[in-house]
Amino acid sequence: MKTPIQFTLNGEEVAAFVESGSNLLDVLRETVGDLTVKGGCWQGTCGVCTVLIDGAPRVACVTLAEACAGRSIETVAGLRRGPDLHPLQTAFMERFAAQCGYCTPGMLMAAKALLDRNPAPSREDVVDAIGGNICRCTGYEPIIEAILDASRSNSRRSA
Amino acid sequence: MTVAVKTFPRLSEAAAALSSERGARFFGGGTILMRMVNEADPNVATIIRSTDPALSRISASSGRIELGAGVTMAAILAERDLAFLHPAARGVGGPAIREAATIGGNLFAQSPYGDFATALLSLDATVTLAGGFGQREQPLEEFLSSRERAAATLVIGVSFKRPAADAFRFKKVTRVHPKGISVLSIAAQLPMASERIGGARIAYGAMDRTPVRGKAAERALEGRSLDAAGVAPAIAVAVDGTSPADDAIASAWWRREILPVHLRRLLIGSGSA
Repeated sequence: MKTPIQFTLNGEEVAAFVESGSNLLDVLRETVGDLTVKGGCWQGTCGVCTVLIDGAPRVACVTLAEACAGRSIETVAGLRRGPDLHPLQTAFMERFAAQCGYCTPGMLMAAKALLDRNPAPSREDVVDAIGGNICRCTGYEPIIEAILDASRSNSRRSA
Repeated sequence: MTVAVKTFPRLSEAAAALSSERGARFFGGGTILMRMVNEADPNVATIIRSTDPALSRISASSGRIELGAGVTMAAILAERDLAFLHPAARGVGGPAIREAATIGGNLFAQSPYGDFATALLSLDATVTLAGGFGQREQPLEEFLSSRERAAATLVIGVSFKRPAADAFRFKKVTRVHPKGISVLSIAAQLPMASERIGGARIAYGAMDRTPVRGKAAERALEGRSLDAAGVAPAIAVAVDGTSPADDAIASAWWRREILPVHLRRLLIGSGSA
């Protein structure tokens, strides 16, 4: 049975027919075609599918798609504006925070959720913000440094 | 297998649907139920949802705290009047999970999950249930001991008396920080009168099939002081009545070995960890 839902994806209205009981991850990738959202565990454990729903981080794989009707969803596809990378993306490149890259979309969105709410986080805030995202390559340190760099870059721009 | 999703504006309608439909499961935040759906669990045929605002209501300004079953861990963390519960709420998953995970769902989490339920158990919480019988209240301890039979009953909220200042403590022991699955968790409510403990409540997570009370330790703390000598009898009987499991996080033997160590630290240490 298919159910019609509408939501905003990276600022644009999306209407889709979804299989009843579908998770948001499958809908974004297979129905809407946003392949920037990655799937890992489908158990809410690894954080690779982290997206923002109304500004709050959520793991898309255990989010009921039908519960997202009328909500605003952000993915990595909406991070860059035109030719300019988001400061987080730039910082991840400069700090070599992506190795195999698989966790990166989830890390970026978890970090964006943090910086949107707290533009000048402490290291402890950053560690907590990515606490639900697993990375098996980097040892986390370059990711933490990249997020702190991005927050400093934000501060410089708004000063 | 297609799963039907039914959304009801009122909790009473959702409760009626839950009790009348075979294979119906209530959707709190999805962190448990959607995992079952993703795995095509044949026990889930229908997802029941409710948009009733009572589910997310928080009443925390008086001596009796009332929380809707749909209150999320993130909502607890945003509530200054519930600061004593923040360590327990922060112990549930990472930020993305805490935005979805609900109090009601945590009551059904299988061991070694369910750390927030452990905190509620030490607070002598009461569960409000809705079903074919209307609404009724049940002590959380009783609810947990029979929760497998409660799948067709809707949990709509929990309530408990606000603990005295500094009387509540919580500790979650994990191998991975900051987010890890419990080796075990301990919650303690330690009312004090004339520097003596009276009516202590100790609860353990991941030390049995569900969160359980440490009743032997509670009895041993009665009338004792909160120092190394005073808590020693409680530490000696800390594991009495527990039945932990072997799992990927820890062995039952290890859990029994470290419970007394962490209970001692919680009781005479600085509190939350």
